This record gives sequence, C-alpha cells and structure tokens, in this order.
Amino acid sequence: MNSQLLWLIPTLPFAGFLTNGTLGRRLPRAAVAAIALLFTLAPALIVARLWSYMQSVGGPLTLSVSSRPWIAVSGFSVNFAFTVDHLTLIMLGVVTGVGFLIHLYSVGYMEHEEGYWRFFAYLNLFMFFMLVLVLSSSFLLLFVGWEGVGLASYLLIGFYFTKDSAANAGKKAFIVNRIGDFGFLLAMFLLIQHYGSLSFDSVFSQISATQLSGGFLTAIALLLVLGATGKSAQIPLYIWLPDAMEGPTPVSALIHAATMVTAGVYMIARCHVLFDHAPAALTVVAIIGALTALLAATIGMVQHDIKRVLAYSTISQLGYMFLACGVGAYSAGIFHLMTHAFFKALLFLAAGSVIHALGGEQDMRRMGGLRTRIPITFWTMTSGVFAIAGIYPFAGFFSKDEILYQVFHHGGALYILLWLVGLATAGLTSFYMFRLWFKTFFGESRFDTHSEPDHGAAVHARRDTTLVMESEPEPHGVHESPPVMTFPLVVLGVLSVTGGWVGIPFVLGGSNEIEHFLRPVFHPFPALEVPFVPELVSGGATEVILALISLLTAAAGFYFAWLLYYRKPGEATRIANSSNTTRFAYRLLDHKYWVDEIYQRGIVTPLLAISRVLLNGLVDTGIVQGSAWALTEGTGGLGWLVRRVQSGNIRSYAGWLALGAACVIVIVLFGHHPLLH
Amino acid sequence: MVPTAYYLVLAGVLFCIGIAAFLMKRNIITIFMSIELMLNAVNLTFVAFAHMWHQVSGQIFVFFVMVVAAAEAAVGLAIIIALFRVRQTLNVDQVNLLKN
Repeated sequence: MNSQLLWLIPTLPFAGFLTNGTLGRRLPRAAVAAIALLFTLAPALIVARLWSYMQSVGGPLTLSVSSRPWIAVSGFSVNFAFTVDHLTLIMLGVVTGVGFLIHLYSVGYMEHEEGYWRFFAYLNLFMFFMLVLVLSSSFLLLFVGWEGVGLASYLLIGFYFTKDSAANAGKKAFIVNRIGDFGFLLAMFLLIQHYGSLSFDSVFSQISATQLSGGFLTAIALLLVLGATGKSAQIPLYIWLPDAMEGPTPVSALIHAATMVTAGVYMIARCHVLFDHAPAALTVVAIIGALTALLAATIGMVQHDIKRVLAYSTISQLGYMFLACGVGAYSAGIFHLMTHAFFKALLFLAAGSVIHALGGEQDMRRMGGLRTRIPITFWTMTSGVFAIAGIYPFAGFFSKDEILYQVFHHGGALYILLWLVGLATAGLTSFYMFRLWFKTFFGESRFDTHSEPDHGAAVHARRDTTLVMESEPEPHGVHESPPVMTFPLVVLGVLSVTGGWVGIPFVLGGSNEIEHFLRPVFHPFPALEVPFVPELVSGGATEVILALISLLTAAAGFYFAWLLYYRKPGEATRIANSSNTTRFAYRLLDHKYWVDEIYQRGIVTPLLAISRVLLNGLVDTGIVQGSAWALTEGTGGLGWLVRRVQSGNIRSYAGWLALGAACVIVIVLFGHHPLLH
Repeated sequence: MVPTAYYLVLAGVLFCIGIAAFLMKRNIITIFMSIELMLNAVNLTFVAFAHMWHQVSGQIFVFFVMVVAAAEAAVGLAIIIALFRVRQTLNVDQVNLLKN
C-alpha cells in the first residue's frame, strides 16, 4: 500500500471545495451535488482500502507521510505530516463514512434552498479540515484542522446569513471557540518551550522517557482541556452548541453531532500519554464530563424544539466521552464517539426528515401522530432513540455501559459519585429521548396543515427572512422524504443497531474487539502492561450487575416518558405547575439555568463596557485618534502661518527679499559682535 | 584724484534709491527701471574697485552685467507686454492670480 495515498484523503474534498466554490454558481444543481458527492466518496473508498490493508497486516501498524519542513526556525521545525494508526483509522472511518451519508442526505434536503453550491462547497471544506485534523501527526497541523473546522462551522451555522439569529449564532460559536483555542495555543507554546517540538512522536516519547508527572505537564494538559471544552461543547464553554442549531439540519448532524464536536475527545485520546502523566488534569476532565452530561440532560428534558433537544443530548453524550477519557478509558470514549456518531447523525437526519415532512415545523408541541405517515423516518429514528437510550442490544447500550463500568471500576468515592451522575444521566437521556419519540410520532396529530397556506414555499426551516424560496408547489400535507434522504437514514439506522457489536464485553459473550483494536494506540508497550484479560476474571459479576442497573434506569426513563407523554398527555404540565418548587424547577430548566444570562451579565456586558470606555474611548479615540488629529492639525496650523508669506503679491515678495538681504548684511557685518553670541 | 569712497557712497545711494523705488512703486515698468538702477549701482562699484586695484577684470565683469541686463530687459519687456495683453493693467497689486 502506497502511503502517499494519504495525501489524497484530505486533498480530494479540498478540490471539491475549490471546484464548487469557484464554478458552482454557474453549474446546475445536479453537477454541484455530483462534484460534492464524488469528492467525499473517493476519500471514503481510500479509507476503506486503508482499513482492509491494516486488517490484512494484522498487528499494530502505523503509516506515515511527511513533507519537507513547513516551518523551520532555528532548532525547531514542523513538517506537513500525516500518520494513520488504529485510532486515526476509526476517526477516518467515521468522518468519511458518516460524512458521505450526510452529503447524500443534503442533496435531497437542500434541494429547494438558495445557495446550493455554497452549502456543498462549505461542507467539502469542512471535510478537508476535519480530515487534516484526524490525520495530522503534529499539534500544529492538528491545530490547523481544528481552526479550519471552526471556520467551516461558523460559515455553515450562519448559512442563512440574512437571518439575524443565524448570523449571531455563528458569531457566538466562533467567539466561544476562540477562548478554547487560546488555551490550545498556550499549550503549544509550553510544549515548544519544554520539548522543542510539536510532533506527537517526539513530544510523547520525551514525556514517557522521563517518569515525571504533574507540574507543567498538568498545566499543558489543563490548557488542552480548555481547548477541548470549547470545541466539544463542555462546561464552561458549551453555550454555543444549542445556538448552532440555526444552521441547516445536515450541518447539525455532521458538524455539531457526529464529527467536529468530537474533536476534543479525539485530541484528549490522542494525547493520552500526556494526560496519563497529569492525573490531576484527568480528574478535571472526568468531573467536567460528568457535570456537563448531567446539566445538559436536565436542560434537554424541557426543550420543545426538536433540534434543541438533540443539541443538549449531544452535549450530554460528549460529557460521557469526557468522563471516559477522564478515567483513562480512552478506548471506551472512542467507542462511544463512534456509536454516538452513528445514532446522533441518524437522529438529526431523521429530525430533519420530520421537519421536512412538516414543512419547516420544529416545535414538538405541534407534531404528533406521525408514526404511520412517515414510516421510514419513524422506524429509523426509533432505532436511533433506542440506541441513545441504551437499550440492549442497540449500539449505545454497549458503549455507554462500557464507560459506566470503567468509571465504577476506577475506584474511589469520587468515581462512585461520578458513576452515579453518569447513571442518572443515562436515565434522563432515556426519558427525554422517549419524550421526543412519543411527542413526535405518537398521540394525535397536533400539526395544523392549514396554518401554513403557502406550504410549498415554507419547506425546511422556519424562515422569516428574505431568502427567496423555490416556489415549486409540493403536495400538501405530511409526506415522506425522497429516497436520497431515506437511504442514509436506513444505513445509519442499521449502524445504530449493529455499531455496538464491535464492543460487546467478554462477560456478555463478545470479545470487545474495539478495545483490542485500539490497544496498540493506548497501550503501546504491552510488556509493561497487565496482560489483556481484563474484566473476565476480575469483575464479571459486577459488570453484569452494572449493565442490569443501567438497563433498568433506561427502562425507568422509558416508563416515565410513556406515562407522561403517551398515557396521560398534559400530565407533565400539571406536575410542573403543581407547586412553587416544581414551577421554579421547570423555569430553571426552561431557561437553561440562566447560564446565557449569567455570561451576558457577568462577562459580555463588563467586557463590552471596558471595551467601550477604556479601549474605544480612551485608547482608540483618545490616544490613537488624538495623536493623529494633533499631528494633522499641527501641520495644518503651521501651514496656515507660513501661507501668510505666500501672498502672491510681487511687492511683498520684494519686501521679504529686501528684509532677508538686510539680515544677511547685518549678520556679515556684526556676526562677530559679542551681543549676537 | 577722486577717492574710491566717493564712488562707493554714490553707488550705495543709487542702490538704495533702486530698492526704495522697487518696493514702493506699483507700475511694473517703474519697478523694472529700478532694477536697472540697482544693477548700474553695482556696476559702478565694480569699476571703482577695478580702478583702485588696477585690475582689469572688474571692468570686464561690468560688460558681462550689461549684456545680461540687456537680455533681461528684452525678456522682461516681452513679459510685460504679454501681461498687459492679458490683464489690461500694469499695476502689480492686481497681478496675483497665483494666490489661492
């Protein structure tokens, strides 16, 4: 296998971006879609080829390519270099596979939208940067991809840029991410200072060579965690992700569920050597993950917008992945990352299909009874809901269970507490997902087709904007999406069922292949580690019991959702209004703990005030503008004075001349006079 | 024999009359004549010094000045005529088009 092929993987989507970005405006829609699909299918095929090659070789293997130095300054140099190991391979598979399916879905979903070419150009650009991110073998190139996906995310959130809320959401995402990127940058500076290199190999081998831990390693790790909390929407920087739902639904599925937001988890897993030497930072990661998981799940319980529920659910699931990384169970985190990419992409796409069917309706209060009317969407979404709720044997069950087991197994009171938090979150997840399921597909239809007489012109997203819609009339009423949209749904639906089977633990009769697969990455020196016979002997019974507990929790979530939203609809509202305490609790959740407001009051407003008064008022207007003004006015004033001399009157010139001559004579005659010295 | 100083004083007086006329007169032809007066005052000093030092170069220099003054008169009068054709005036106070 020629490793130079690796260059092609990111370059192809970039070529697609360039083609669609420059020529797309003049091409017909079919051509734009064909280009975008071709340039995402090709890397997926290369990855498949790579996958089969790695399988055929067996044992641990890494492929690397490297260019000549990209940046070379005295003693420090970085190349364009890509490396593929088993971790990268999983990420590549997820990104190209899910990415291609979502591209395919978008062809149908975006059919009636303005800016079709722009959308696909941005999607391809995103694929390019995401692939650079996962392939890179140095912090710097990873950072390039990291920033690049942020850019693509900004562009796509603000895709409907004439809509104020979308433009603001894009800015919010970008600025909040900037805070995280700042941490990442500082971490890179520290790495350069201490190790003189940014390549993974060099840094990690130096770290493992010294038995040092703590100190500046913890500082570097914490700064990287700050970066990860920005990109992966964790406390305290998670606030941008719910707003990011302003973008088109395929974007939410691809960028804000399946791939980009998992970059933080990937980065932590990639830097596991560093984190293993900074246990304090790992504890922080675990706590952040557990808290975020719980917080987002509680908010998700009361949201009405179907996409917002999924957004908070994404934050919550990302919290699980952080929790896994925080207890050193990186392969469990990556496992959950993979299954989450399947079922969350599916859920978003199915939600998109529901929205599409209802002509742009996103509010679950105006859905209901859609089970029979959009059956493919219903059945695929069902598999996604069961997967995320952690029902056996769907994908989410195995990955979530693995994480909970690893947290419990890690030992210590703190981790038992974190396990409880994780378990509670699992119950809440099951509750709000089944709430969504019941409210959308069961009960009587609350969707009023007559409320939107201009149905054909109101497809997809709520729009109160000037975006011109294609006015091709659609059949009135609820309708199933075209095959180009349902096909990705079916594929992802199958993956949501089967995706977890690569990680069935020993005790349930599986072989936990994924951990075995990732073992060379996370435990590179098998001689130094415990041999690979983990839970079979040590905690088989514990694991079964834990699995049963989490299954029961999920079932409880299902039961309550069934009770409140199917059996007795309206009961939830009654409970919320039953007493002051519950009313307050509901308000607290409905307003998302007022976190946005607190940030607004506590950070944004003071910052704006400081900027206005100090930076704009004093520095910019006072000093910068003031000095420029003084300079011009001074010059002008001087000119005004001197201009008096230039009167245009020949006799005045003659007078000046005579005066000058007189002065010269005086100086010549009396130049040596003591009075003049 | 007349002392050199007499010549120099005469030249100085002539020169000052020239300057005064130059500054005070408004008619451009008069101004022109005052310039000639100053030039001749200078010529007088040249001749006086040449006589005093018994050097011929001063007298030769006077010829140069005369030639240049003749050329200058030719050009200057031409300019004055051109100016008069355009402005219908010889008053220099009204010839200030370049101002502003």
